[in-house]
Amino acid sequence: MATLTYQAPTSLQDAVRILAGAGGVAKVLAGGTDLLVQLRSGRVKPDLIVDTKKIPGLIGIREVEGGFVIGAATPGAVIGEHEALGKAWPGVVEAANLIGSTQVQGRASLAGNLCNASPAADSVPALIAAKATCVIVGSKGQREAPVESIVIGPGRTSLARDEIITEFHLPKRPPRSADAYLRFIPRTEMDIAVVGAGINVTLDAGGVCRDARVALGAVAPTPLLVPEAAAALIGHKLDQATLDALDAAARKACKPIDDKRGTIEYRIKVAGVLARRAAAIAFERAGAHR
Amino acid sequence: MSRTHVSAVINGEPTDFLCEPQQTLLDVLRDELNLTGSKEGCGSGDCGACSVILDGRLVCSCLMLGVEAEGHTIQTIEGLATGSTLHPVQQKFLEHAALQCGFCTPGLLVATKALLDRNPNPTETEARYWLAGNLCRCTGYDKVIRAVMDAAAVMRGEKSA
Repeated sequence: MATLTYQAPTSLQDAVRILAGAGGVAKVLAGGTDLLVQLRSGRVKPDLIVDTKKIPGLIGIREVEGGFVIGAATPGAVIGEHEALGKAWPGVVEAANLIGSTQVQGRASLAGNLCNASPAADSVPALIAAKATCVIVGSKGQREAPVESIVIGPGRTSLARDEIITEFHLPKRPPRSADAYLRFIPRTEMDIAVVGAGINVTLDAGGVCRDARVALGAVAPTPLLVPEAAAALIGHKLDQATLDALDAAARKACKPIDDKRGTIEYRIKVAGVLARRAAAIAFERAGAHR
Repeated sequence: MSRTHVSAVINGEPTDFLCEPQQTLLDVLRDELNLTGSKEGCGSGDCGACSVILDGRLVCSCLMLGVEAEGHTIQTIEGLATGSTLHPVQQKFLEHAALQCGFCTPGLLVATKALLDRNPNPTETEARYWLAGNLCRCTGYDKVIRAVMDAAAVMRGEKSA
């Protein structure tokens, strides 16, 4: 093994400078629950690991102007314990908390889940449905990008080699808004999504959907934002015709693979079913039946 | 190979060690500090045999680099008993025979302690989900869960040890 260097900078400027100056393969470390597995298997052989957890702001959650800022390396367990966040964004929180075991939740982060760039990442469809953005810092400065622009293929992101995601922004919620995330796995814990569906809605006082975002996981090379599925919801109550239109739009967006977790046909079918079920939860949370 | 100096508090003792950057915390505990109670099952965070408590949170020591321990507080299975007095969780695992080969046991004990520190009165369902990342090929989990629930009752003072 070539010599591996570990650095834990205490400022963003240092982190970016170290990454920009790195000669060989450099990896950014947050919780490490994917990176350490890849190190051990030999799938990645970095010359440099830059640990982001000592950079101020990378761990923690704060409310800003009615929205939320989640530090990129904040562990899932911390996200799950934040009462106000769970109330405003139950779908994002339930998705983040589905990642791995209690032990994994003690370390696993949103930035890690996103930048690992698995098509089946649980938190990513929920973040996309939430219209979350991430703040990215690199040697050319700071930029903000929608979460759906980060993953460009299995294991590949749009980040430059000297860029680090520092935080996620969740917008302020209009009244009667809620989200939900469901994934299908053949058991109840400790598995990887066959399909995941995140749905975020805003209703009017009559229970009619006024705004919606729908995102699907594990049915394409990247997590998908599906505007056609959102369009099936907007302007409608969640009646049978709306559910059928949502189901059809979700299925139509799928471009899955056959693997040991599910066939193409099965994944497409389940995507429609999960979209319907997640929509029912999101509508109910937003007060459709009150 | 350059070795990094790391300072951490392990089982209440300020501890310094040298490690290579690719060594996991589990490697450090077992190979550098001779704390071999934490076991390596899968090495990929699936089995929980290497569970330790980091700053009050349950983690897999195989999913963390030794160098990441700098400045942190770690509790391992070796810190569970007080001298020769077993922790109630250990006592109840023994009484309920909640182990056979014993390889998963340190991880289950540490994970159970972390659960009961946080939630002294878990439901059986909560206990089963909390421990879903601790695999046991021997017991079928039934005796494990009985021991956990019994230990919880003892620690709440509802029954004597």
